[in-house]
Amino acid sequence: MIPLLSLTDVRVCRGESPVLDAVSLTLRSRDRLAIVGPNGAGKTTLLRTLVGLERPASGRVRLFGQDCTTEAEFRAARPRIGFLFQDSDDQLFCPTVLEDVAFGPLNTGCTLPEAEARGRETLAALGIAHLAERVTHRLSGGEKRLVCLAGLLAMRPEVLLLDEPTNGVDAANGARLRAALAGFDGAMILVSHDEGFVAELATRALLIADGRLTEAEIHTHPHLHAHPHLHPHP
Amino acid sequence: MIPADLRLRLVAAVLLVLAASQLAHLGPAMAALALALLLALAARPDRALWRRLRHVEGFVALLLLTLPFAVPGAPLLTLGPLSASLEGLSRAALLAAKVTTAALVLLALLGTVEPIRLGAALHALRLPEPLVRLFVLTLRYLGLIGDEARRLREAMRARAFRARTDRHTWRSFGNLIGMLLVRALDRARRVEEAMRLRGFSGRFPHAALAAPTARDWTGFALLTGLAAAALLLDRL
Repeated sequence: MIPLLSLTDVRVCRGESPVLDAVSLTLRSRDRLAIVGPNGAGKTTLLRTLVGLERPASGRVRLFGQDCTTEAEFRAARPRIGFLFQDSDDQLFCPTVLEDVAFGPLNTGCTLPEAEARGRETLAALGIAHLAERVTHRLSGGEKRLVCLAGLLAMRPEVLLLDEPTNGVDAANGARLRAALAGFDGAMILVSHDEGFVAELATRALLIADGRLTEAEIHTHPHLHAHPHLHPHP
Repeated sequence: MIPADLRLRLVAAVLLVLAASQLAHLGPAMAALALALLLALAARPDRALWRRLRHVEGFVALLLLTLPFAVPGAPLLTLGPLSASLEGLSRAALLAAKVTTAALVLLALLGTVEPIRLGAALHALRLPEPLVRLFVLTLRYLGLIGDEARRLREAMRARAFRARTDRHTWRSFGNLIGMLLVRALDRARRVEEAMRLRGFSGRFPHAALAAPTARDWTGFALLTGLAAAALLLDRL
């Protein structure tokens, strides 16, 4: 089977120093790969390299069985990859939620009614149909994140790249986000500090440190566990 | 009687302001002012919007103070070498009525609309798409840049910064503005990347608007009819 995405010996430099060094990875269909590592280890750069926002100094990027080096080659593959940014405001640039969710389908050749229908369908599937007419910059952090995800899912991608998806998301919307991602039947790469979230969702993990990747294992073990709680007095 | 449809509101606002600008007599201008005031009261804008009127009225007050002294005519009041003329006063009153009418019309028709929603209406009115896109994106990110500026100012104040007239103050403000520019540029780059990743190829979505209802058209006809009547009264 052809891997969906693969990197072979990729080296990405910023100035003289390498941000990623000799990085190789393969993502096959239904893989849920977590990438774990400290801040500044190159996690975001890795995701950006996969969609061609960073170009490697050496090494190979293959997307859906196609070697990609030029903008045109990456452009052809991008509608099949949904990239969730760290800052939702960077992704929500349309005035209203429905317009934003319809943006991707419009770019891939849908007519406006088709794109809006697909947008409403995606919003309903995420349980946020009631947000459709809202103005994007007035949403809460959690709502914004879900709308961003809807904008990606409306393009029916085969792969999701998630950069810190649970950052700044409240409990109720976090549950919706987890449910939506657990129900997504494509492959995904997720970068997150939220270990519970990673353990729940990922099937495989890689550790990244100083721009190098190593295999890691996800396991759960019981803990004797105590933590403080805060409750209002009745 | 204010149409709910934003396209009709925009067109009505332009026509009404144009009509107000053409009034040449005090009587019809006062009548228009009264109507505009009723319209603004009917639109029920919140207090903040009424407060915004003060900026316009400050300019109007300046006119009322200076114009009577600048126009020659029958003297009304003499202050040393300066004399205020009746003609000047009536000219100032006419201008004040017209300016206030225009401001009230805009307040009533557009003040209560979330500005960013006007994008779809402007697009539907066939304004050049790049201009509409610029308008919408500017509005979308102006708030965020404003928030960033506010947070930076607060961080400065939290470290005991007080604006004075010295080199330190000017340099600090310079840094503040420079930092805002750098961040805005960074954000613009990220937004552009997000658009590219979703396959942007020059088609920016603008929501399709439902056709205006009969009620919208009636309101539109009533508003423009009143404007035409005011103009007619003025010319007779």
